[in-house]
Amino acid sequence: MTKRASDASDVSVSPPRRRSKYTLAPLVLITGNVVLFALFFVWPAVIGLVYSFTNYTGVGSFQFVGLDNYQKLLGDSTFYSATTRTLLYTVLFVPLNFVLSLLIANVLVSKHAKGASVARIFFFIPWLLSPIIVGVLWRWLFGENFGLVNYLIEKVGGSAVPWQSNADLSLIVVVVAAAWAWTGFSMLLFIAAIKNVPTSYYEAAALDGAGPWRQFISITLPSIAPTSFIVILLNTIHAMKEYAVFASLNNGGPGTSNNLLVQYIYQTGFKTGQIGYASAASFVLMLILMAVAIIQMMVNRRVENR
Amino acid sequence: MTTTDTVRKVDTDSVPAVSRKRSRGAASGGLRRAIAPTTLLWVLAGLYGLPVLWFVLSSLKPAGDLFSLPLTLFPDDPTVSGYKEAWASANFSGYFINTIIVCVIATILTVGVSCCTGYALAKYDNKWLKAFFLCILATTMLPAEVMLAPLFLVVRDLGLYNSLSGIILPALLTATGCFMFRQFFLTVPDELIEAARIDGARELSIFMRIMVPLSRPIMLTLAILSFQWRWNDYIWPLLMLNDPEKFTVQIGIQSLVGAQNINWSVLLGGSVISMVPLIVVFLVFQKYVMNADINAGLKD
Repeated sequence: MTKRASDASDVSVSPPRRRSKYTLAPLVLITGNVVLFALFFVWPAVIGLVYSFTNYTGVGSFQFVGLDNYQKLLGDSTFYSATTRTLLYTVLFVPLNFVLSLLIANVLVSKHAKGASVARIFFFIPWLLSPIIVGVLWRWLFGENFGLVNYLIEKVGGSAVPWQSNADLSLIVVVVAAAWAWTGFSMLLFIAAIKNVPTSYYEAAALDGAGPWRQFISITLPSIAPTSFIVILLNTIHAMKEYAVFASLNNGGPGTSNNLLVQYIYQTGFKTGQIGYASAASFVLMLILMAVAIIQMMVNRRVENR
Repeated sequence: MTTTDTVRKVDTDSVPAVSRKRSRGAASGGLRRAIAPTTLLWVLAGLYGLPVLWFVLSSLKPAGDLFSLPLTLFPDDPTVSGYKEAWASANFSGYFINTIIVCVIATILTVGVSCCTGYALAKYDNKWLKAFFLCILATTMLPAEVMLAPLFLVVRDLGLYNSLSGIILPALLTATGCFMFRQFFLTVPDELIEAARIDGARELSIFMRIMVPLSRPIMLTLAILSFQWRWNDYIWPLLMLNDPEKFTVQIGIQSLVGAQNINWSVLLGGSVISMVPLIVVFLVFQKYVMNADINAGLKD
């Protein structure tokens, strides 16, 4: 609906007159990006695809091995565990981040909450911190023998929790840390969307006797559906390629149990020099990302058409 | 639609009258209504602020006090020895200078390249420009993390391995930047350009002398974002840099974490130092970041 309207206005604003006679100026303007695009996108994408069918090690000659790399990946338990761990991380991180940032955005735009402009900074600063610092910071909080969290747990009579040596617990710590760090970004998107909902809707609902929760479910959520879609899509893509927080929080540990896909690609490609094999793993990651994006777009379209 | 319209009309007529009549009652009612959301807001803000507060306060404790029980929030005897040690050890000041060089150069170039491209995409309509726009869109589908190995080979073959330009150049291609400028220039009326053309201005001087100055707010917003991206980069510099002389701050800190026995005093000090530039940039330019229409550009 909105799409059609904007297409129509585009046509009326730019009648097919002499604008396309300019060739040189736009060409000069985009030259920089065209060169960058060719060098750092097209070239690596093409050779990555080619190398994924070879046994290239980064130096010397190589042979084409057909689909061997991909077949080997299917039977590689390390790759399999990295993939499932990445998916598990994504499935935990995205909803947590969504709920937290939506809750905070709602509280921040509420006209009854005092001090919102100051409080906003508290939610935003974690987003500024680099993933490495986020990892260090949460490692410090969740140290098994020295961390504040275990200290507080023992203080109230509990026993120390093995945040680092239990694979599932250490994954959960990373999920919480990442959600904490990424709230600021999703929150900004939500704030902009919530502010755009016409206040008359809420006033009308209030007159009909709808309480705050009812208003949230019936007005806010449907009105911000497009933003919700973008937040979920961005967070999913972000989570699928997470590495730095893991690197500094527990280094994929304990052991190798929380090695995620990007770390797997990094290790096979650069530690053991199997560039061909790592390229194949990269293309599997790309296919997963594309599938995620396509599924979410289809869902979004169905929701909007309803 | 019609029902909400009539409701709104009734509403706007009645609300001011009512609130004027019982302004005193409304004030105390407002206070009561403010308690729940305000409490919720500040409890949440506390939860988000506490980790950073604990971290920064810990960094001010002397090394011997870091693990002494009972843990205390505030250092008894605040000291900056952890900072001094971090700054002196492991060539931290060198990492800092490298990172600043990368951030400043990459930011200037990113803003320049994105501004040119965004303007061309917004104000000219050649078929090949539309095709290039699709190409830019495609880059969001294939992030650098996915192409680590081939991108590494390309940059190595260009002779940029182990150099700061090897970090900077691949980072300049950003869909977000192009989108932000494109969205902005779409809002600039075409008449402005037409008028300048009638006055005999040439295309590129219209861009340089009218459009670039107009887009200053977007430039600032993208500059802040770009500075943050480059400051926080980890995996790409890790791959590109081999020589500890060229390390950036994030790699320096990660190498402290990877050490067999973590020297927490140094790690905490170094971490806090590395947070400072971004926090300062953010606090100074807060209103631009907060008002940025980051819906327009999506990739980090």
